[in-house]
Amino acid sequence: MTRPTTRIDDKFAALKADGKKAFVAYIMAGDTDEATSLEVMKGLPGAGVDIIELGIPFTDPMADGPTIQLAGQRALEGGMTLQKTLDMATEFRKFDDATPIVLMGYYNPIYNRGVDRFLEDAKAAGIDGLIVVDLPPEEDEELCIPAQAAGLNFIRLATPTTDDKRLPKVLQNTSGFVYYVSITGITGAAEASAADVAPEVARIKAATDIPVIVGFGVNTPEKAEAIAGVADGTVVGSAIVSQIAAGKPVAEVLAFVKSLADGAHRG
Amino acid sequence: MGYLKSTPNKDGFFGDYGGAMLPPPLEPHFKEIREAYERISKSADYIAELRHIRKHFQGRPTPVSYFKNLSDLVGGARIYAKREDLNHTGAHKLNHCMAEGLLAKFMGKKKLMAETGAGQHGVALATAAAYFGLECEIHMGEIDIAKEAPNVTRMKLLGAQVVPVGFGGRSLKEAVDSCFGSYMEQADTALFAIGSVVGPHPFPMMVRDFQHVVGVEAREQFLEMTGELPDMVAACVGGGSNAMGLFSGFIDDEDVSLHGVEPMGTSSKLGEHAATITFGEDGDIHGFRTMVLKDEKGEPAPVHTVASGLDYPGVGPEHAHLYRTGKANYTACDDKEALNAFFALSRHEGIIPALESAHAVAFAMREAPKHPGKSILINLSGRGDKDIDYVTENFGFGEDL
Repeated sequence: MTRPTTRIDDKFAALKADGKKAFVAYIMAGDTDEATSLEVMKGLPGAGVDIIELGIPFTDPMADGPTIQLAGQRALEGGMTLQKTLDMATEFRKFDDATPIVLMGYYNPIYNRGVDRFLEDAKAAGIDGLIVVDLPPEEDEELCIPAQAAGLNFIRLATPTTDDKRLPKVLQNTSGFVYYVSITGITGAAEASAADVAPEVARIKAATDIPVIVGFGVNTPEKAEAIAGVADGTVVGSAIVSQIAAGKPVAEVLAFVKSLADGAHRG
Repeated sequence: MGYLKSTPNKDGFFGDYGGAMLPPPLEPHFKEIREAYERISKSADYIAELRHIRKHFQGRPTPVSYFKNLSDLVGGARIYAKREDLNHTGAHKLNHCMAEGLLAKFMGKKKLMAETGAGQHGVALATAAAYFGLECEIHMGEIDIAKEAPNVTRMKLLGAQVVPVGFGGRSLKEAVDSCFGSYMEQADTALFAIGSVVGPHPFPMMVRDFQHVVGVEAREQFLEMTGELPDMVAACVGGGSNAMGLFSGFIDDEDVSLHGVEPMGTSSKLGEHAATITFGEDGDIHGFRTMVLKDEKGEPAPVHTVASGLDYPGVGPEHAHLYRTGKANYTACDDKEALNAFFALSRHEGIIPALESAHAVAFAMREAPKHPGKSILINLSGRGDKDIDYVTENFGFGEDL
């Protein structure tokens, strides 16, 4: 199936041409408030972030560790919604039309809005891809297929427990990139080791042509470099969210992000 | 084919509801549980041991009682109750906890873990863990820990580790999230024993099947007592495990009407009740499709009821299915009706019911006068010892109701 390319596809093509690995940064929309998260988001491309993952806050984030759960709580308490998350992307797009944005969250808020309306609004807001953690491949008809038809990438998670029998099913309708979760467990809980990750990335790459990005557990430039070195790039979420949670000034958060991005780009 | 054999389908769907919407790290573990359940729970060894436990440890069968005094008091239909309050630990929860504990033993697991709201499921699971020599980890919101101190003490006495949950509303919903997180890290050696007919497949089916004993016994006992089947069968519905247990015994009996009783709390305003089917819409929560009480943004809403065990913004997917297909009816009783029933059953029948079960009693008291000559069988799903301090401190001895 040929699809129109997205900003995500273009980004990976450009990185490949430069011989560079991708650095993906996650922030929670509306954490700690709308203005702060928008300011951080606007600063991410300048800090070397290749792809932005924007979390949609949800009341029952069963696949997240305490760091992300608390970020979602802060955002919800501040009145953050799916609509405001999309508004944030629209605002961001006014001055950056190149950096890909991936929305990451749970299905219930999307289901409430209605899939068709959500896809239309997401597309209009300049969203390029979706990660919806509680929609397994068995539910592809719900959102995955319509999203791809609407020109959005649908990015799926693979884990060490995704065995060879399951893997083809996971990869079947995945596009943009594969998000490999390097540890079994919730986001931000345990440490990742490049030596453990390398053979797993190789296993997935043997089954697909799309890039494999490794996340979960990366929290220093050194780890970002090591992990990116054995994959097509790395994602950092909890470590960045922790800095925001600690009330660090935006410039300081972005300096930390830059150190991680530089690490990943060395990888 | 009868209803129970054909529902849910192989993917865990009851009509449009149920399924397993799981994040990838959890998928293989729920698959393992599903396969183990299908393989082990139908084996002769498992069934024999569970029957032994039901009889010699839990004290089953529990009786069906005719509430003559209460029936005379309200007039109309005759009111009967399946006495799950007489099950060991004082509630129906032990029916599925012992079965889940036995499953864990057959699977070679070392630990049972779960969330708990009021602590009833936590106590029952801790009991099962002690019986089978397994470790036990219970996640509980900080607010519930403060409110339900005796149950926290019970769990600790039974050897369980109680993990306080301090984020969000610090109650049942967050305890579920917290437990999922912890389970993901130890799923190789632990079994997540969800506390009701909720959660991803196979739990709604598995917990129903483990509670089916309630309906099977009740049907046989009622027939023996009266020579006929009850006209109406009723039970309270939070997640809905005790209701599914009782309903499942009568689900293929077309002349028996099934009634789920939801908690109306203090009012019909969102946030002041937990009547999910009465007011909810379709949605996803905790890895399954069901009806959900939603706030203005569409997120699971805060809920309230005097009965902590019914305090959940979702409901078992099978109840949503039974409601949509018209196989069961759903209605609600408010806190005041439940408290009134709590006092009435205590005074007139010598049984202090759990506040959860008092919702079913309230339904019977409301409906009986409308149906003279008929019979109503309710599930008295638990005893009320756990509630006496809370009730008397807040409502005295019912003088002002």
